[in-house]
Amino acid sequence: MKYQNILNALPYAAPFLFVDSLSHVDDTSVKGSFTFKESLPFYQGHFKNFPITPGVILTECCAQIGLICMGLGALNKSNTLSIDSTVNIAMSSSNMEFYHPVYPNETVNVISEKIYFRFHKLKCKVQMFNSKGVLVCKGTIAGMMKNIDNG
Amino acid sequence: MEEERYKKLKEIIGIYLPEDVKLDAITAESHFINELNINSANLVDIVLDVEDAFDIMLENDDMDQMETVKDALQIIDKKLAEK
Repeated sequence: MKYQNILNALPYAAPFLFVDSLSHVDDTSVKGSFTFKESLPFYQGHFKNFPITPGVILTECCAQIGLICMGLGALNKSNTLSIDSTVNIAMSSSNMEFYHPVYPNETVNVISEKIYFRFHKLKCKVQMFNSKGVLVCKGTIAGMMKNIDNG
Repeated sequence: MEEERYKKLKEIIGIYLPEDVKLDAITAESHFINELNINSANLVDIVLDVEDAFDIMLENDDMDQMETVKDALQIIDKKLAEK
């Protein structure tokens, strides 16, 4: 699969991994997708008898694809990322707007554009679309990313 | 001149102060993270605003040394002198 090195470096695992594949990663933009399988545990409670993907999970999906994958790509490019690197990651802010619900078993596509990546802070503009190309949510997300192997 | 730089810096810091810290809590000795309760991400925003306000560029090393308001003023002075 494309960008397997970035996928391998993601510090998440099921049920909190929200990246299936990446179709494009460079210094300034990322495209990736994820399918919200109906077996995901939060559907049991959000909502009672009416499963719908929580906005906070859509935000997380945007952050994992749009922010973390871009950051890992950038760290990897400067050859500071090895298979046993530890990258410190923390989301620092998010400002999202939601337009359309995402139901179980839907696939979403996330696109992200860099606003800046300076002093270990990466800030991106993100958009999520459903499989029909309808805008699900958009916003800006920022986080701190530091490869601690390199100080 | 010094006074003017300090005032300009204080105005920038004020934008990023959390609700539980008052503007008059800022002194030259204030530690950004420990005393002013500014997180590392907002500290980056302060640096980016400082760059725009003073028309200077900071490097990662400058950022690492910037722990207090006084540190920031010294870095600003140094960068302006190099211009």
